[in-house]
Amino acid sequence: MLTVEDLRIVYEDFTLTADFTVETGRKVAILGPSGAGKSTLLSAIAGFETPAAGRVLWDGEDLGPKAPGARPVSVIFQDNNLFPHLTTAQNVGLGLSPALRLSPADETKVEEALGQVGLEGLGGRKPGALSGGQMARVSLARALLRHKPLLLLDEPFGALGPALRVEMLDLVADLAERTGATLLMVSHEPGDARRIADDVVLVHDGEAHPPVNTAEIFANPPAELAAYLGDS
Amino acid sequence: MAHGPQPVMSMSGRVVAAGAVALAVVLALTLGTIVAVFVRAEGVGGFDPADWAALRFTVTQATLSAALSVALAIPVARAIARRRFVGRGALVMLLGAPFILPVIVAVFGLISVFGRSGWVSQSLMAFGYEPISIYGFHGVIIAHVFFNLPLATRLVLQGWLAIPGERFRLAAALGFTSRDIARHLERPMLREVLPGAFLVIFLLCLTSFAVALALGGGPRATTIELAIYEAFRLDFDLGKAALLACVQFGLGAAVAIVALRVALPSGFGGGLDRAVQRWDQRGPLRTALDASWIALAALFLILPILAIAFDGIGALATLPSQVWTSAARSLGVAAVSVIVTLLLALPIAAWSVTSGSKLVEGLGTLTIVASPLIIGMGLFIVINPFLDPFALALPVTALVNAIMSLPFALRALVPALSQIETQYGRLADSLGMSGTARLRRLWLPRLARPLGFSAGLAGALSLGDLGVIALFASPDTPTLPLQIFRLLTSYRMDDAAGAALVLLALSLAVFWLLDRGGRVNVDG
Repeated sequence: MLTVEDLRIVYEDFTLTADFTVETGRKVAILGPSGAGKSTLLSAIAGFETPAAGRVLWDGEDLGPKAPGARPVSVIFQDNNLFPHLTTAQNVGLGLSPALRLSPADETKVEEALGQVGLEGLGGRKPGALSGGQMARVSLARALLRHKPLLLLDEPFGALGPALRVEMLDLVADLAERTGATLLMVSHEPGDARRIADDVVLVHDGEAHPPVNTAEIFANPPAELAAYLGDS
Repeated sequence: MAHGPQPVMSMSGRVVAAGAVALAVVLALTLGTIVAVFVRAEGVGGFDPADWAALRFTVTQATLSAALSVALAIPVARAIARRRFVGRGALVMLLGAPFILPVIVAVFGLISVFGRSGWVSQSLMAFGYEPISIYGFHGVIIAHVFFNLPLATRLVLQGWLAIPGERFRLAAALGFTSRDIARHLERPMLREVLPGAFLVIFLLCLTSFAVALALGGGPRATTIELAIYEAFRLDFDLGKAALLACVQFGLGAAVAIVALRVALPSGFGGGLDRAVQRWDQRGPLRTALDASWIALAALFLILPILAIAFDGIGALATLPSQVWTSAARSLGVAAVSVIVTLLLALPIAAWSVTSGSKLVEGLGTLTIVASPLIIGMGLFIVINPFLDPFALALPVTALVNAIMSLPFALRALVPALSQIETQYGRLADSLGMSGTARLRRLWLPRLARPLGFSAGLAGALSLGDLGVIALFASPDTPTLPLQIFRLLTSYRMDDAAGAALVLLALSLAVFWLLDRGGRVNVDG
């Protein structure tokens, strides 16, 4: 279970507060207007922000003292998820060994992970020779190998076309279900949430609200969400 | 998102430790050596008239050299900026060449062109004029302009090309005349660019040693650096040398402090190979004027280099064997210097970037102000009680050369590393890539280009250096530049020409190979 406990993140003129829990295995969409602090919330959970107050816990353990790489977390960023000088297989292999010391067994695992995201045989290519959708799949394959209980996605498919985007969302949902991972996904597309999220965390005016069931929140949107959604 | 925080850099202990060690070496060599010189100097005497003359000459020649370089750079850069012609790319590349051209080679070329029996004097005499002299005041200025006009031109050219093309289109649409364009677009740009360019060149000429050694000398053309050398090498007057070293350091530091406020331009920027499209500069007269500026500048740069090739190529076959052994010695010194440069630059750059502190980098570039002769002298004093400094001439030369290349390496590495960390730092952090894994799998592969460039620069600068080796030189282990200097001063012009050609070829080859090495097989 993820616990965000009285969290406060402060920049010069901006404060984000959050206080909620997410049950293990849930798929949560973090929605809200741009600049509301969605990515900031994700960064704090991933360990890139030092909160002014409060804690982030996983299964009761305080993540505060842990460096980003030591947290039970896999992150997929908006961009720059792959190192352009490493091959696809090496980029995935980093999920097993940050120093890329891979045993033959590890290399088999890398191949399998690539297979699971539909990239069989592309391990030798460098990211420059992949399409946007393929690059997104490589980062998912790596997250799969890291096998961390918490999967954080920061608007990772923003640059993809609608059809590809839906395809990737389904793949993410599928992987999360198969590995039992808890998913937190930042998005500004209500459609993304409707498609795969069990719950929605609404971030508005410097506050992250506790998760609400997706169907419920869209059926009966609070004023902030209604304003964000517009007339649709 | 809008509230982007400063990226949290993973500041590993090893980065700090390595950076601190590298910085300590730099500080010991720059400031520590000055202290050593002072401690050893028994009683610092007063300034005698010769010292005043050296100070006056140093400041005068630096001012004049910088002013001339910058003034001439304006029409040349303007012409290059607004004209398209065959060989434009090659000319822009040539403007970068003097930086890695060994001073002694350039001096030889300048003597061939401007010397008493050189091409210019011969032509003047054919028309009944007096030949010009390349030695003394004139020579030092000509050589400094030769080295720095290209740098100034690159800096001013950068300024011109930084004016957005839309502005010139807008100016054309509004019917601006050339005078209007100069007033509204060009003069404001020049006001920003020129002070920095002037200061950089002033600083470079302030610490000029090899040019003064080869072309200057005597009461009327001795720089402080040359006076330090003479006090140490000829008179072994450490008190005098220490006093002069202090004056030199103070002068450099004062200029550097002014320079910090002006924001020194780097001159390494790429993208100089496009031309600004202009609509006000049509017509044969203006074209001819621009063409003649370009031709004059190109000739001024190319002729001395051509002269070395012409004079040297015939002598290659009969070069004395000492030239080849000293060439091998120079290559060894350069190789060590390249390695030391990178071993110092990388940790300092890493520390500077991960701590986000400008101070680290600032201290690393302290060496711009420091003089290689002072460092060499300090090392001599420190080494002398234990070992024979003359036996260590080559390692000391390699070390001092590395220190002198450090600011350029840092200027290439720090922005590149900082960009790598901005782009990939979080990804590496999230994957737990720290320490060696980060170095080997992220930094080194993505720094290949700036590392190759820094290595090439350090190699070429070390190969061509005629500074500290002149202090320590023993008769039997000269480097190639020192060998050329000795051949020149003993009037063995043919051998000197051949050796200069060898050094020129080696310097260009070393720079090209190392710089090239950083460019192959780099993705994205």
